[in-house]
Amino acid sequence: MKALSFRRLRALCWKETLQIFRDPSSNLIAFILPLAMMVIFGFGLNLDSSRLHLGLLNESPGTAAHGLAAAFVDSPSFDVEVFTDRNAMDQALTDSAIRGYVVIPADFDRLLVTAGNTAPLQVVADGSEPNTARFVDAYSNGIWNSWLVSYYEDRGLTLPEEVQVEPRYWFNPSTRSRNFLIPGSVTVIMTVVGALLTSLVVAREWERGTMEALLASPVTRSELLLSKIIPYYGLGMVSLLLCVSAARWMLGVPFRGSLPALLLVGSFFLLSVLGIGLLLSTVTRNQFNAAQAALNAAFLPATMLSGFIYEISSMPPLLRGITHLIPARYFVSSIQTLFLAGDLWNVLLPDLLFLMAASAFFLGLTARSTRRRMD
Amino acid sequence: MAETVVTFRDLTKTFPGMEKPALAAVSGEIRTGLITGLVGPDGAGKTTLLRLIAGLMQPDSGDLATLGVDPLHEAATIRGQVGYMPQKFGLYEDLTVLENLNLQADLRDIIGQEREEAFERLLTFTDLKRFTGRFAGKLSGGMKQKLGLACTLLGKPSLLLLDEPGVGVDPISRRELWGMVEDLVRQGIAVVWSTAYLDEAELCGTTLVLSEGQLIASGTPREISSPLQGRCRQLRNPGHGKRSLLVHALNRPETTDGTIQGDSLRLTFQPDAQPFPPEDIGASPAAQWAEVTPRFEDAFIDLLGGGPPGESVLARHTREIPGQGDVVIEAHELTKRFGDFTATDHVSFEVQRGEIYGLLGPNGAGKSTTFKMMCGLLTPTSGSARVVGLDLRHSGTKARQRLGYMAQKFSLYGNLSVAQNLAFFAGVYGVRGRPGQKRIQELAEIFHLGPFLRAPTDSLSLGYKQRLALACAVLHEPDLLFLDEPTSGVDPVTRREFWTHINGLVSRGVTVMVTTHFMDEAEYCDRIGLVFRGQLIAAGTPDELKAGVATDTRPDPTMEDAFIELVTGKESP
Repeated sequence: MKALSFRRLRALCWKETLQIFRDPSSNLIAFILPLAMMVIFGFGLNLDSSRLHLGLLNESPGTAAHGLAAAFVDSPSFDVEVFTDRNAMDQALTDSAIRGYVVIPADFDRLLVTAGNTAPLQVVADGSEPNTARFVDAYSNGIWNSWLVSYYEDRGLTLPEEVQVEPRYWFNPSTRSRNFLIPGSVTVIMTVVGALLTSLVVAREWERGTMEALLASPVTRSELLLSKIIPYYGLGMVSLLLCVSAARWMLGVPFRGSLPALLLVGSFFLLSVLGIGLLLSTVTRNQFNAAQAALNAAFLPATMLSGFIYEISSMPPLLRGITHLIPARYFVSSIQTLFLAGDLWNVLLPDLLFLMAASAFFLGLTARSTRRRMD
Repeated sequence: MAETVVTFRDLTKTFPGMEKPALAAVSGEIRTGLITGLVGPDGAGKTTLLRLIAGLMQPDSGDLATLGVDPLHEAATIRGQVGYMPQKFGLYEDLTVLENLNLQADLRDIIGQEREEAFERLLTFTDLKRFTGRFAGKLSGGMKQKLGLACTLLGKPSLLLLDEPGVGVDPISRRELWGMVEDLVRQGIAVVWSTAYLDEAELCGTTLVLSEGQLIASGTPREISSPLQGRCRQLRNPGHGKRSLLVHALNRPETTDGTIQGDSLRLTFQPDAQPFPPEDIGASPAAQWAEVTPRFEDAFIDLLGGGPPGESVLARHTREIPGQGDVVIEAHELTKRFGDFTATDHVSFEVQRGEIYGLLGPNGAGKSTTFKMMCGLLTPTSGSARVVGLDLRHSGTKARQRLGYMAQKFSLYGNLSVAQNLAFFAGVYGVRGRPGQKRIQELAEIFHLGPFLRAPTDSLSLGYKQRLALACAVLHEPDLLFLDEPTSGVDPVTRREFWTHINGLVSRGVTVMVTTHFMDEAEYCDRIGLVFRGQLIAAGTPDELKAGVATDTRPDPTMEDAFIELVTGKESP
């Protein structure tokens, strides 16, 4: 008997495909979940802070102070509430009604023109949300600086400082966090489709007793294995292309790489997560355990340790070391490169090599634990 | 012309983590020309033996040849020639009948003209032609089984291994399948049919009888039961109090085993023992002995060392419940609809205190739905269900405190220990403090659970699980006991013991409602309701139901005959 019969393989793949489309739980994982995640990541998850609530207390009657206050009120970064009483403002901060406040002191105008003195402007931010606090700080500084420039210009003066910083952001000029979050979220979606879906399929055959019937038929081990890889590989690639298209055309994330490079890197990442899912399914023979294990072994690392949301370079050394073992890390790096920079092979190639090794490792283990016997 | 196709000698297989071997030095052979019954309760080793023969497992030791070769190392040679139908039929439930067949045909390289002919032959044979577009998951148990058989037969196997094909299938479909398999045997195919039903074993050409991994007997059913020839007698017209009469009869030194059969007693005697005068156990003067043909089950129990003692220790520890004869379970025009499907359709019946009422019916007939409404697990769409005078719709909690429930799969917590399960159910029913402790100790003693109290429930054998489930159900000394297929798969001795306890409880005034598909178990009931397509199509005592279908050619029909007659009569009026 041949080790691989095309007819048997085709029949098994066709069966698997029908099952994907007919089984409600497969449907949910393969189609609904990616869509929901795309929407959540695309519209819900945003690390930029827009229009923070800010309190403003202007104690000074001067014109300069008035101008600065107006600059804060007009700023697109802040939603300003003007206070006349400091206690009320403190209370508002405590109640989280505002994220921070700015106090323009009574002698602001005088301090401003006193040589060698900077006008003391008080900025208080709610430190319980550090990220937001940093935004309050940075945006206030920005407003202060630009107001200062125009203040001096209006009077025909130049700013005392000689050096000015004018930052330019490469790869993501508008510094929209969405532009790197969306490519990263493709990783999570692919992990769900690849690992979670396949973690169920072999276990389901064991639970329903169909594996026993298959093993008693002339099916060979390689046919069995390939019939589990091919349909889910196809499904995963379709969802990769859908996600990338949605990111490009619906969410407006630029894509600067090439399609072949995307397919190449995507394929090997997908194979590695398929390997994890199939391995768990084959070893546990139980859908519930396999899905739990897949969640912990693939989904959580892909979310937490891939650098998709949390910067790897700011992790403690031990965790940083662990991230090197996680396929998702390499795919996040690759796909962010493909979206924002283009086909940079000096980045893609090492990622690709690791993904190839991971695919070989996990699929190899799956093949080893796939037996033609029941014990 | 019978040809030996499988031989095995001293086959042993132990699974990791298990103390006892699943198979211990089992030897035997399988021949063409007859159905070989692989007989034994759950956990006896039937499935393991079949899997070894099919080359799906490796034996620890022993010799095995399937179709002349080692099934494991020459798997490729036998795959095409061995048809193996696993317990759940091995069907893909989300594929249609035709898709399942196509898949199996592809896997076996049956193509073109050959495939068309095979499909034509098998679909006609199994009468599934009308259902080719239906999903396998939507087929009835009997049709699934036929489809499973059709898939197995695609490769024209010379050896057919069927693992418990009779489970979950009503008697009518079972008879049909049996006919089909006999047909195959005539065509020269060797067939192994594994079963826990001893009435099925009786029909086999030859049998291999397994118990706890040991081969305890082999031979034709006649050979197996011949030692019992002349030892089985029925006591007809014993008069009132058949349950206490059985206890007295079993207490006699002459008897080894006994059951209730409708209004009669059926007893097995010690070899060479003479029947005692019926008056000695308090039977009515009209009582008469009649010798009956021994059954496979009698022989099986004899092989296991006879039945359990007749007196229930549990009953001795149960309070007497007054009010004999009051109506305590009452269903009135009970109806349950799921969408546009009517599972139970205007069913009415009454059960008196101290009665055993049995609900019988094919799978999917609605007996479980009716049963669940009676113990307050489902709310009826219309009609009323009352127990001990309480309407389950309004005072469900109050009513549930009065009833004990034993579910099909025993509803025990597998990863809790035996003691923890008992303590949990005691807590749930409010049996607390010192009396609770005492009751748990008492039950552990009665059911011989002492040595296992700390063991995880999953590690118990099926028989002990069943004992534990009964112990949990009677912890709070309920007036009513609801038993949903309580003895599925357990060995016949444990089943006897179970019924001894039930009989004992009933004589204390407990009322029992039971669903079962064991026809001989139906004989223990005082009255039976036969459910078919959601309706109660017949009701009466077992003897009345049997007498109703008696004809000149069949003067003494069995419960199964009555069942089939009543259901088929309803099917084609």
